[in-house]
Amino acid sequence: MSILVGNDTRLVVQGITGREGEFHTRAAIAYGTRVVAGTRPGKGGQMAIDGTVPIFDTVVEAVAQSGANTSVIYIPASGAPDAILEAVDAGIKTIICITEGIPALDMIPVVEAVRLAGARLIGPNCPGATSPGRAKVGIIPASVHMPGRVGVVSRSGTLTYEAVQAMTDAGLGQSTCVGIGGDPIIGTTFLDVLKLFRDDPETEAIVMIGEIGGSAEEEAAAFAAEHLRNVPMAAFIAGRTAPPGRRMGHAGAIISGGSGTAAEKIAALEAAGVRVADSPTQLPKLLLEAGFRP
Amino acid sequence: MKIQEADAKSLLVAQGLPVPTWELARTPAEIKAAAGRFFEAGLARVVIKAQVLVGGRGKAGGVKLAASADEAADVGSRILGMDIKGITVRKVIVAGALDIEKEYYVGAIIDRATRRIVLMASAEGGVEIEEVARQNPGAIHRVSADSELGLLTFQARGLGLAVGLRDTLLSQFVAIAQGLYATMKANDADLVEVNPLAVVTETAADGSRVQKLVCLDAKITLDDSGLARHPGLESLRDNDEEDPTDAQARKLGINFIRLDGSIGCMVNGAGLAMTTMDLVKHYGGEPANFLDVGGGARRETVCGAMELILEDPNVKAILVNIFGGITRGDEVAAGLIEARAAQSREVPMVVRIVGTNAAQAARLLREAHLETATSLDEAAEKAVALARRATR
Repeated sequence: MSILVGNDTRLVVQGITGREGEFHTRAAIAYGTRVVAGTRPGKGGQMAIDGTVPIFDTVVEAVAQSGANTSVIYIPASGAPDAILEAVDAGIKTIICITEGIPALDMIPVVEAVRLAGARLIGPNCPGATSPGRAKVGIIPASVHMPGRVGVVSRSGTLTYEAVQAMTDAGLGQSTCVGIGGDPIIGTTFLDVLKLFRDDPETEAIVMIGEIGGSAEEEAAAFAAEHLRNVPMAAFIAGRTAPPGRRMGHAGAIISGGSGTAAEKIAALEAAGVRVADSPTQLPKLLLEAGFRP
Repeated sequence: MKIQEADAKSLLVAQGLPVPTWELARTPAEIKAAAGRFFEAGLARVVIKAQVLVGGRGKAGGVKLAASADEAADVGSRILGMDIKGITVRKVIVAGALDIEKEYYVGAIIDRATRRIVLMASAEGGVEIEEVARQNPGAIHRVSADSELGLLTFQARGLGLAVGLRDTLLSQFVAIAQGLYATMKANDADLVEVNPLAVVTETAADGSRVQKLVCLDAKITLDDSGLARHPGLESLRDNDEEDPTDAQARKLGINFIRLDGSIGCMVNGAGLAMTTMDLVKHYGGEPANFLDVGGGARRETVCGAMELILEDPNVKAILVNIFGGITRGDEVAAGLIEARAAQSREVPMVVRIVGTNAAQAARLLREAHLETATSLDEAAEKAVALARRATR
């Protein structure tokens, strides 16, 4: 099976004619992802990606004519919230928004609309999701992956690649790798993804990559303590040496008022029976120690 | 982006919130003149507050009272030029010192867990709210604003009732809480805080004494992602306080934070940049900076980033860690080689480039005789060793 993206994915790319949209659509197709449509208002009826993918003016048309069930968004921040809502309106149930720099206040009504529609939004400001050997949606480089049974969930971008590469180098393949994004307001949390992994028969071990700031890792730890005691789990938390009060790069990573520190998160995870690595390269070893047999 | 108290107060006033008048002053003469105007208006004392973008001004001696214009100038001259957590005080607020009966806290934040704007209030105002949160979390009351309709009147009233406000003060609180919400929305703020929200007593025209809630302090931080659509707010960036390095980093479009170690780091991606710092520390070194060159970094960015790192005289070794996705490894390698040729001083460097176009990058680096590493752990260990050798 795998989660979120897989053999059943029929992808519409919102913003397929843009620089990022086109580049990553080519990579997705090369990986074997079924890209059935793209959208670009005003270019409906034309073809993208060397005449292989039909372009529609709207997502509704793309869904009606191509049977798209998943969307990925490569549209600048000013238009991305609207693009998410357009996908929701068209009945898409899995929406992956790669766009970074969306004002947090714009996302509040959007995540609520997604929730009310019973859809799922991954991101924004995320690298996407890959189910190795099946489908790749987003910007995670194909080369880091290998099919297998470890579920990977992460708040970072390139750090996700690093962790997945470490798994692959050690011969531990992945069921699905999901980057949930580092913004303050995101559609899908660690907790949501852990629930999906728990219910996925092909995921037998879980790796979680967290960061300083917020309390999402602690919430995930509480869930793991109760529901994932029998699942081998390993985690890495970035930002042990980050100074308090400074925003480390993106909106998510900040230690404020003494909370959201790496030490607190590591303690919560260890108390939940999750092994925490000092370096991403230790993750495979920790999974094996936790009883995972690839 | 953080903004100064005076600017935050102006944003509150623009939404109709009750903020007692203040004046901004940059010299003892200006302080004296401003204080004089408050004394003429009938106030018995004035307060002089340092304008810096860090907390703990009071403890550092940056907030003082004065009972005459001369005293204000004297006290003010000592606050101006004062060093508060590494920042030189260049300006102060002068305001009337009011008779405070009680202090509350009220603030609006973007809450990750509920994915809403959350209003918080406490009857324990005037002290650091983080301290209250640690010692007496039950004293902080919270309510989530509706994602569409905003902070509803009954919600604001419930918050006011919870902190013990009644009658006219309660209705004033409702207006203030809704005003904070409006301030947040109007400016794309991610934090709007009033601490203290004070109960003061004023003498009405008929001589009777009336109680009133006023915003005595204001703290606002703006969402950087929202700044583009508020061109007016960019002017509130305090260039006096912005480190020249920060300004340069902002121009380059990179995220840079100076730290006090000896190993300069250049990484793509914030999470990976933090991880690189953590590993430097893990192998016994100290990072000199956090530096995220961002996705798709090009040659010019890499050159600029290298200059920023080398400006720090404490830097004894440099660690470059690039995991190419959108970023092309060979572009970074070319940028590094170019920066190396132009750089002001010789600093040993170890480079790790993996992912997109890593093979081309490796060839460029080999031809330029740059020290390379395959894994992140190896790169961190090598950088620590290089820094040790250079220090010896």
